[in-house]
Amino acid sequence: MSLQRQPVGETPDGLDYDALAELLDGYVLDREQHLNCEAFVIRPDDVAAVLSTLRDRAAFDHLSLVTAQEYRDRYESIYHLKKYDDPTQELSLVVPTPRDQPHSQSGADVFDTAIWHEREAYDLVGIEYDDHPDLRRILLPETWQGHPLSLDYNQDKPQIVPLREHANPMEGRTDVADRSDTMFINIGPHHPATHGVLHLKTVVDGEQVVDIDPDIGYLHRCEEQMCQQSTYRHQIMPYPDRWDYVSAGILNEWAYARAAESLADIDVPVYAQVLRTMSAELCRICAHLLAIGTFALDIYGEFTAIFMYAVTDRERIQNLLEELTGQRLMFNYLRLGGVAWGLPEPRAEYLETVRSVMAEFPDRLEEYHNLLTSNELFQMRVLDTGVLPAETAKSYGATGPVARGSGIDYDLRRDDPYGYYDELDWEVVTDDGGDNFSRALVRLQEMEQSARIVRQCVDVLADWSGEREIQSDVPRTVKPGGEVYRAVEGAKGELGIYIRADGTDTPARFKIRSPAFSNLQTLEVLAEGEYIADMIATLGSLDIVLGEVDR
Amino acid sequence: MSDNQLHDTLDEAQQTTREARTGEGVDERYNSRLRQAFGDSPFILTKFDAFMNWVRGNSMFILLFGIACCSIEMMHTYATKHDLDRFGAGVPRASPRQADVIIVPGTIVSKFGPRMRRVYDQMPEPKFVVSMGSCTISGGPFQEGYNVIKGVEELIPVDIHVPGCPPRPEALVYGVLKLQEQVQAGESAPVTVKPYELRQFGDLEEDELVQKLAAEIDEDDLVMRYDWTER
Repeated sequence: MSLQRQPVGETPDGLDYDALAELLDGYVLDREQHLNCEAFVIRPDDVAAVLSTLRDRAAFDHLSLVTAQEYRDRYESIYHLKKYDDPTQELSLVVPTPRDQPHSQSGADVFDTAIWHEREAYDLVGIEYDDHPDLRRILLPETWQGHPLSLDYNQDKPQIVPLREHANPMEGRTDVADRSDTMFINIGPHHPATHGVLHLKTVVDGEQVVDIDPDIGYLHRCEEQMCQQSTYRHQIMPYPDRWDYVSAGILNEWAYARAAESLADIDVPVYAQVLRTMSAELCRICAHLLAIGTFALDIYGEFTAIFMYAVTDRERIQNLLEELTGQRLMFNYLRLGGVAWGLPEPRAEYLETVRSVMAEFPDRLEEYHNLLTSNELFQMRVLDTGVLPAETAKSYGATGPVARGSGIDYDLRRDDPYGYYDELDWEVVTDDGGDNFSRALVRLQEMEQSARIVRQCVDVLADWSGEREIQSDVPRTVKPGGEVYRAVEGAKGELGIYIRADGTDTPARFKIRSPAFSNLQTLEVLAEGEYIADMIATLGSLDIVLGEVDR
Repeated sequence: MSDNQLHDTLDEAQQTTREARTGEGVDERYNSRLRQAFGDSPFILTKFDAFMNWVRGNSMFILLFGIACCSIEMMHTYATKHDLDRFGAGVPRASPRQADVIIVPGTIVSKFGPRMRRVYDQMPEPKFVVSMGSCTISGGPFQEGYNVIKGVEELIPVDIHVPGCPPRPEALVYGVLKLQEQVQAGESAPVTVKPYELRQFGDLEEDELVQKLAAEIDEDDLVMRYDWTER
């Protein structure tokens, strides 16, 4: 008998929901069927108890997403749970609360990641979480009136954002307390090292960070609202490009395509899957190159060689993507049931170009390794700084290179296969270090694997003998029903979409699980107690994109 | 005229701003103390103006300012291949106090708008604005969003608009070249400027917060509104 207890509900052929319901006997009010998994309805004051039971007894250690939504008769929070060991084992907890009293217990005691997710739910939908450590607005200004994703929100009502609200809080305060080393620094929202419009309220004691409070929402462009008022078939697809805008567009589009395809039960031809896989991996290389380039920028200074090299390599790959999709950055290439168009003519010539760029790529990577990972100056800056232990990473819901840099072997391309990945020969890169170095190293090695995938896809496409079917038959108007949560491995980690369809041609609720949002949340753990210069390096190695954090 | 002058109507506001930018004589931005010191000597003044504008146009210090997707293309414009430095405009300055051109690359939302205005205010005169991308023109694909400001002109005056979503680096290079041309010629852009200003917000439901905010507003204070539907 092993010391470790077998998690409840785990059977060789999938999850046994009856056993889980038995484990939660007395808590489960009702059972619903979502398209990706079963959902248990629980009472709003049992949230923490149920979450901790599921985590401790049934090994649900990944709180992927908290979705909040409003119905005509109730509010609802949905906790999407997964396992890091096997993300196909999913369970949703549905927590309904009455309209006149939208109070629900917070899950923040069990999963740290719930802190921000619940703050967002409070901000946009208006559900209040009891016992939440820090329930205030996260994306919108403090002076905002109303909750924009609630049903009775009137968007035409003017909002007031006085300029004074954002005045320098330290202005006029010249009297420094008697030789104190503690001071408050605003880093951002306009700052070259914050990779966009992130605002870090930092308290430093000498050189050490005492307290850090990331203030986000400076790029909250209402992506969820935009998707909720657009039609499934054509109008939503351009928006995912603008979440993770670092040329990772096709990865994001795939997240939406996967969710919508499983919602509307659409098949994708194999040829289109190969095209998707190839273009998505080109996007991943582009995104990681920018991450490496700007990380070097943070470490070394302004516009140095590595940044220029990274941009040069990105240009090469962007040229390939432009030839394929017609755009450099906002590809809008995927469609429900396939892709927009096939390879550019002449096909053989295009594939030869891709092949030659990918053949050179290992040499290019060697150069990055010479300049970065084997460079002593770089090592001094990043080794053993910003250490993220695996358990903390799991509690914060970290995914992608951040989790893999902490030794968590979690990659949806392999664990929850989609596209053409399971036909190809590649490996998931992990590193046990957990520090800034590991995260950079994982990205560099992942690019190698991505190049490997692209090369194999090119071979498959070159040898393709059957019909080149790029789209399956999809009705002009898609009107699905049901609820689904589906995720793909985006450039920054698990990029998931929750859609509730109500039978019309637009989603009733469209919720984005942004990997960068969860990853950024770990900054507080990583930076507090460290030197402020290391905090900048840590932020760079987390590789956030504000378009995805704020949505 | 004080900068914070309030106007009763939008037309009036636009009128005064346009006069300040494109009215009689030379644009206030092209003036300087040194220039005034030359007094009434027309020959020197003309030569001096031409010289100064030539200098300004050929040595542009652009603010290192990234907001959203467009900033990725902006980085590509600065870097190899497109290399904005060829045109004497490729050294991004991290501090607004050292910059004279600001490229606004991305969607402005309610929370960021005042901050961007603050950055703009910190730049020394003469300063020029290039708005990059559809979002800075009208809100772009996010125009209908509850949180999105419908174009950067709600906040600061713009000299050059570069449309696109995002514009290609070539388009941005073209925009910067156009700005250089304009500065070298000492011209002002005939842009329609929509300054943000104190407006009635009487249709807001009265509640404690609104009352508190309304009580705190004084003449010198500016309030941003972005209910654009009435325009």
